[in-house]
Amino acid sequence: MILVVLESVGERLPKGALVTINAALQAKERHGYSKVVGLLLGNDGVEVAAQAAASYGVDEICYLKSPALEPYLALTHQQAVLAAVAELRPTMILAASSSRGKDLFPRVAQTLAAGQVSDCLEFISAAEFGVPLFKRPMYAGNILALVEVTTPVKVVTIRQAAFSAAASQGGVSAVRALSVVVEGTQAQRFMKFDTVKSERPELSDAEIVVSGGRAMKSSENFEKYIAPLADAFGGAIGASRAAVDSGYAPNDWQVGQTGKVVSPALYVAVGISGAIQHLAGMKDSKVIVAINKDPDAPIFEVADYGLVADLFEAVPQLTEEVKKAKAG
Amino acid sequence: MKKILVPIKRVPDYEVKLKVAPSGESVITDGIKWIVNPFDEIAVEEALRLKERGNECEIVVVSIGPEGASEQLRTALAMGADSAILVKCESAVDSHVAHEILAQLYSQDTYSLVIMGKQSIDSDANQTGQLLAAKLGLPQATFASKLELKSDWSEVQVTREVDGGLETLSVSLPAVVTTDLRLNEPRYPSLPGIVKAKKKPLNIVEASSLGVDLTPRIKIRKLETPAVRKAGVKLGSVVELVDKLRDEAKVL
Repeated sequence: MILVVLESVGERLPKGALVTINAALQAKERHGYSKVVGLLLGNDGVEVAAQAAASYGVDEICYLKSPALEPYLALTHQQAVLAAVAELRPTMILAASSSRGKDLFPRVAQTLAAGQVSDCLEFISAAEFGVPLFKRPMYAGNILALVEVTTPVKVVTIRQAAFSAAASQGGVSAVRALSVVVEGTQAQRFMKFDTVKSERPELSDAEIVVSGGRAMKSSENFEKYIAPLADAFGGAIGASRAAVDSGYAPNDWQVGQTGKVVSPALYVAVGISGAIQHLAGMKDSKVIVAINKDPDAPIFEVADYGLVADLFEAVPQLTEEVKKAKAG
Repeated sequence: MKKILVPIKRVPDYEVKLKVAPSGESVITDGIKWIVNPFDEIAVEEALRLKERGNECEIVVVSIGPEGASEQLRTALAMGADSAILVKCESAVDSHVAHEILAQLYSQDTYSLVIMGKQSIDSDANQTGQLLAAKLGLPQATFASKLELKSDWSEVQVTREVDGGLETLSVSLPAVVTTDLRLNEPRYPSLPGIVKAKKKPLNIVEASSLGVDLTPRIKIRKLETPAVRKAGVKLGSVVELVDKLRDEAKVL
């Protein structure tokens, strides 16, 4: 049986939960499990979110309601998942590779002496290798690995971008509360949460990203050229490692193997040569535009649309044209 | 004296284009450049900054791997770490094996804090810190972008980079902290630092002598290179580009 742990926000079931359900349904079918049970952890509203989760093809939904589960702490949620596992005895525990999933599930795996696959992209049936396998990225997605988990209980976190959201089914599965006492902890204390407030979308989930490279020459030029273009598109700003290392852009703008891995609908690389480390962070973007003076820059090898031009002339012109196109 | 344990991993340089070996089960690493995993380098830097802010302590760096990993330990020593341990292990080390070894080392001494990268840029698993914390029964603060140590070493306040914002946790020590990109920008080893590093202790321990399970739980059956993106077209002007973005790519 697969236990799929779903993240809810109060009464709300976010899209990430539906994506995680779909991944669990794929695992059930391809790895030959008998059923999928959903688990929600929370306090106020968790029973409502559990009801909402019941119409997406999962065999049963369980929820665990406790004041100790809000706000999230690894130590309290670990207790809750382990208590649910003790009662339900799943042989696969599946969750999203969200910041919460990444934080929590290695702890769960360790306690259960289970092997864990991080960032699963696809479940592969036993047909080819005799055992069910998991596809996952390594080296920032430059290599894809088919891996086997050698322990009887398996823990899997899934990369949400690799799955679509589950669709609502006709039937509704049974929903029940688990009666487990979760104790609070003093070892980890929640202090505060600052929601990132920015006029621009967050780099990791922006639909459009405009990035600058070393050819920007200064942080002032990032402000003067990259920022207006990003704003014209309504996108986020990124930078290559070379630009960050040169002090032209802050570290958290870095796109690449050692920065953020992004896959927006449109990625505009300005004055970026296209080092392997950078390509690893953006090559899964749907459409890539490259603007570079050097016609032989490797970035053109991955770009859908290339413009060999002086960025200091082309970018302001592009900014104006994008504004016009958006207004029109 | 208080001790900070900083595990670091030897990984292929991020500029190396890796190829899958003909066996399909490993990547070719002959003759490539190796570096300290960038997230671990941030961990070393943070330990140094804690010390430089007046928190008296000894910084112990540890690496698990072949003999060659002593190069990365020397780099950390040159940055300013005090001593190093190389756990020699020629066989495959997954997150499970790494955490078993680190837990054993942790229990051989008294550490107040473990700081390590949130993930290595080769296997990208993002597990070892959390596995280690769970094994040792310690609290954790993963994905740290800011760290403030209480002067009596009773707790550390950590700002974490999480989905949708920044979370601040207060965590009792000892604890495991894993570092994110924004925490700091690591220094380069100075020339005097490099000279000094040669005289700092680097102890070598055989992994097999630690009495821990060295069997990986994740077995790689096949590696493949993802489909290569095809180069598109070079356009003549900005106007042409905007037309393509609007009419063909439909992103405008």
